[in-house]
Amino acid sequence: MKNKIKVLRAEHDLTQEQLAGKVDVSRQTINAIEKGKFDPSLPLAFKISKLFNMSIEEIFQNE
Amino acid sequence: MKEPRVELTKKNTLNLAFWTGAWVINVAISTFGSLLLWEGNTLLTVFVILLNFLVGIGMILANIRHLKGLDELQRKIQLEAMGIALGLAVVAGLSYSTLDQTNIISYNAEIAHLVILIGVTYMAAILIGNSRYR
Repeated sequence: MKNKIKVLRAEHDLTQEQLAGKVDVSRQTINAIEKGKFDPSLPLAFKISKLFNMSIEEIFQNE
Repeated sequence: MKEPRVELTKKNTLNLAFWTGAWVINVAISTFGSLLLWEGNTLLTVFVILLNFLVGIGMILANIRHLKGLDELQRKIQLEAMGIALGLAVVAGLSYSTLDQTNIISYNAEIAHLVILIGVTYMAAILIGNSRYR
């Protein structure tokens, strides 16, 4: 699954550590999601989309 | 207020390390104590074994708390590692036991060998899992 987290993080001037803290996961998890190695659960995807004030579909796209 | 994930994981890991250390020390005491320190004192041996059992339950509860405190990726890594360790323990353990029963190996298949195998497999699987998602 592709996602725009890295871009959104840069736009909001957030480090992986800071984003991880805001959505209550480890930095490793944010890094793995950004690299497409791990697909987040629906609750985590909702947390991320809420944080960036976007819909899940706008952030995550099925490859 | 909810505790930050990093702090919670650190606290739970230290708690698990404490209980694991206590359990290992207790296993050593119950194993070697009855042989070297209080030989023949059955009451003391039973007491120490019971204490060991209770500390073991504490370790299991600490492990559950540790797992509950992890995030979804960390839990996935743990789950995969536990699956590999358990699967290998059953398959290799039964093969090893059969080798002993059929006298193909000259020594006895001890449970301690299986525990070592589980520990090494689990640690290797955790390291591989962490490197996969790095």
